[in-house]
Amino acid sequence: MKGRVLVVDDDTALAEMLGIVLRGEGFEPSFVADGDKALAAFRESKPDLVLLDLMLPGRDGIEVCRLIRAESGVPIVMLTAKSDTVDVVVGLESGADDYIVKPFKPKELVARIRARLRRSEEPAPEQLAIGDLVIDVAGHSVKRDGQSIALTPLEFDLLVALARKPWQVFTREVLLEQVWGYRHAADTRLVNVHVQRLRSKVEKDPERPEIVVTVRGVGYKAGPS
Amino acid sequence: MSEDSAASSPGRTGAQAGRPVGPKTSGSRWGRFLEGGLLQGGVQGSPVLRLFLRWVRRPLLPVMRLWRRNIQLKVVATTLLMSLGVVLLLGFVVIGQVRNGLLDAKVKASQSQATGGFAVAKQKADEAAAGTGDDSAPADARTEQNVSPWMGDLVESLSSGGQGAFDVVTLPAAAGDDSGGGRGPRASGDVDWAASVPEELRGRVDSYTTAAQSYTRITYDKPGKDSQPALVIGKQVNDPNGDPYQLYYLFPLTQEEKSLSLVKGTLATAGLFVVVLLGAIAWLVVRQVVTPVRMAAGIAERLSAGRLQERMKVTGEDDIARLGEAFNKMAQSLQLKIQQLEDLSRMQRRFVSDVSHELRTPLTTVRMAADVIHEAREDFDPVTARSAELLADQLDRFESLLADLLEISRFDAGAAALEAEPIDLREVVRRVVSGAEPLAERKRTTIRVVGDQQPVVAEADARRVERVLRNLVVNAVEHGEGKDVVVKLAAAGGAVAVAVRDYGVGLKPGEATRVFSRFWRADPARARTTGGTGLGLSIALEDARLHGGWLQAWGEPGGGSQFRLTLPRTADEPLRGSPIPLEPKDSRRHRGLNDAGLPRGGSEKTATVPAQSAGDQTSSRDPIVPRPAALAPSADPTALPGNGARVVPRSTSRPRRQEETAPGEEPRGGTVSRPDTGAQSPPGESAKSSEDQSVESYEQGEAFRGR
Repeated sequence: MKGRVLVVDDDTALAEMLGIVLRGEGFEPSFVADGDKALAAFRESKPDLVLLDLMLPGRDGIEVCRLIRAESGVPIVMLTAKSDTVDVVVGLESGADDYIVKPFKPKELVARIRARLRRSEEPAPEQLAIGDLVIDVAGHSVKRDGQSIALTPLEFDLLVALARKPWQVFTREVLLEQVWGYRHAADTRLVNVHVQRLRSKVEKDPERPEIVVTVRGVGYKAGPS
Repeated sequence: MSEDSAASSPGRTGAQAGRPVGPKTSGSRWGRFLEGGLLQGGVQGSPVLRLFLRWVRRPLLPVMRLWRRNIQLKVVATTLLMSLGVVLLLGFVVIGQVRNGLLDAKVKASQSQATGGFAVAKQKADEAAAGTGDDSAPADARTEQNVSPWMGDLVESLSSGGQGAFDVVTLPAAAGDDSGGGRGPRASGDVDWAASVPEELRGRVDSYTTAAQSYTRITYDKPGKDSQPALVIGKQVNDPNGDPYQLYYLFPLTQEEKSLSLVKGTLATAGLFVVVLLGAIAWLVVRQVVTPVRMAAGIAERLSAGRLQERMKVTGEDDIARLGEAFNKMAQSLQLKIQQLEDLSRMQRRFVSDVSHELRTPLTTVRMAADVIHEAREDFDPVTARSAELLADQLDRFESLLADLLEISRFDAGAAALEAEPIDLREVVRRVVSGAEPLAERKRTTIRVVGDQQPVVAEADARRVERVLRNLVVNAVEHGEGKDVVVKLAAAGGAVAVAVRDYGVGLKPGEATRVFSRFWRADPARARTTGGTGLGLSIALEDARLHGGWLQAWGEPGGGSQFRLTLPRTADEPLRGSPIPLEPKDSRRHRGLNDAGLPRGGSEKTATVPAQSAGDQTSSRDPIVPRPAALAPSADPTALPGNGARVVPRSTSRPRRQEETAPGEEPRGGTVSRPDTGAQSPPGESAKSSEDQSVESYEQGEAFRGR
């Protein structure tokens, strides 16, 4: 199983502790303590997942997140001490797939990492259509009129989850469980932010979405194909 | 409005049709009037009168409101009224004086004229008497015959002297018994003497020999000639024969009347102008004052609406300008203070955020280290293993306390934001109840949900509402002493409510408000060994407030308690009431009240019907129960534990503590290291307690039936 995890954290004690826990779970952690060096370390180590602290010396976590996201769709899980709305939303909007609030328990962290890595392991050959988009699940590609649209794995999963059952309205909680792997109802802002990000990529007019339609008071559903 | 009155009056008629109300019994005069005139009887006077008055008053209401609200109108109206009064008073005084002056002059002139006339008449009589003096005694009859033309001449000559300025009238003296044909009344200028010379004056002239005067109106025999006011002066004069007759001078006052009416007209015009001008001046003056005041009021309103940069325009140095300056200074300092407070709040928030980060990072390390140690505790000696357990447990507690503290400081800093969206509270309640199910299981408590047949939708922050309800339900289960906990939902009007009822130790008087205090303990003497941060209900209260809702507690000692959360159906809508009464129907007081009138069956019915659905729910929830123990990756990063239990004395503290910490940890998918806690409360005991409960209620039933 793929298990390279890049830990971007300036707190050496925490980084070491994370290393102990991750190694104990069979991952291969690598470390970087400085926001400025994070991108270089990312390119060098080519991790399967990034654990990113939001508060960093040099470039802050949001900036690092943006830079990584600009060149890769690799899952990013933020470590944050702030569960305040603004911080979390800013972090998610900058491209993080998930976040975990300090102090967390080792098992919680591992569960999150596993959930992010589990996806796209054994993709069945499948062709889906949503709106005027064609989704090749196995090929992990989304095309509109032959033009492929770049999505992060998480956004892709979200789109596939909606496209598989176009008749169903998904509540945010259901999406959290299916896409993020939460078994308890968690923060629905995750869903909101990522739906916005997804729309900005796949919708012709994100103000008037046709692919991912909001069902007011309930959740989201796939637009008519 | 007219529909309203039209609709209500027949209703009243109907309601009062049965009453023996005759026309004579109706009290007021108005009533009788209305009954006789407007309505064909049968309706009592007073309500109709009220309707009538309302109908009359209705068009006046806007005027009255304007009067109440508009100082300018008030001042102008007052000025108008007062100046009108002053002008009227002044007018009366001036007119009176002018009249007196005019009449005085006229009277003096008339008197001298009349005196001269009387003298002339006397002289003429003397001359006539002297002319026939030589044969006075035998010529009596002849002289008598001469009087009549003489009188005619006299009147002619006297009146011609005035050239129409006065008229002359002679009348025979009333005393004169012998009124021959020649001594009848004569008048110059077609004067109707009988109407023009007042009776009273004639009497006076008869009685005295001096001149007498009076005011009168001259009327004329000749048609087409209007009567006119006049002064009449009369005197008794002797004719050539020495017989007395009455001679009257009538001076018309037409000229004076004309002058007076001219003065009156002038005064009225001037007065009207003065009043109108004063009104206009008052309007202008008040406007000068009121305009800045209104401006200040408008700006104050805008200031209070949060637009702190609003200022008044100040010109000049007068009082108004000073008001404006003072106002602006006030606004300035207000803005400054608010800015300072905002800065402070921002600093506070920043501080909290920083502290949170600074504390949480090492805590995360400690937490992870502790978990690693805890995992490996089987390899340790018993003392170290136990220490590892304690370390992990207390870290949980420390974490939840820190989380609660940060949450409450976020509320204090005003940094808490509401993310309201329409949610169905039944979903939230279901989640909360299923989350609390394991704890309820341990406590041998059944959680029943009532009123979840229909959707209970409100615009609310699901995360916060869930936190509040979890807190309430966990508290209720923990203090319910194994008796049922009832969660009741209701929606009515613009509000939705969830009430959590337990039948445990309850609250002492006065505690219902204090339970929401931070770190409040029911028994301060007791050691703080139980779990819960003591902040749960405070946070819950803040959460409710953030929604614009209410969180209230009710309780009676030994009779249990009820916590009620009321939320407005749409955010920003003020609450006016709650669909659920704060004091439950089955409180002791209510049962005592119902005892007199209602049978006990009613309350039992409400208790048994939901019990059925509760049973269904518990059975359907059964498979979920083991979940928290199954170490699921159940992370709830944002939901804070907030299980701040209100603590009530309890004999065994250790299992209690663990039970209380447990529910807070469940959503975090915690270190379920205490699957054995349930076993610590012996099943026999709880069975006994439920038995006690049934016996108790049975006895109560008996008591009610007995009474």
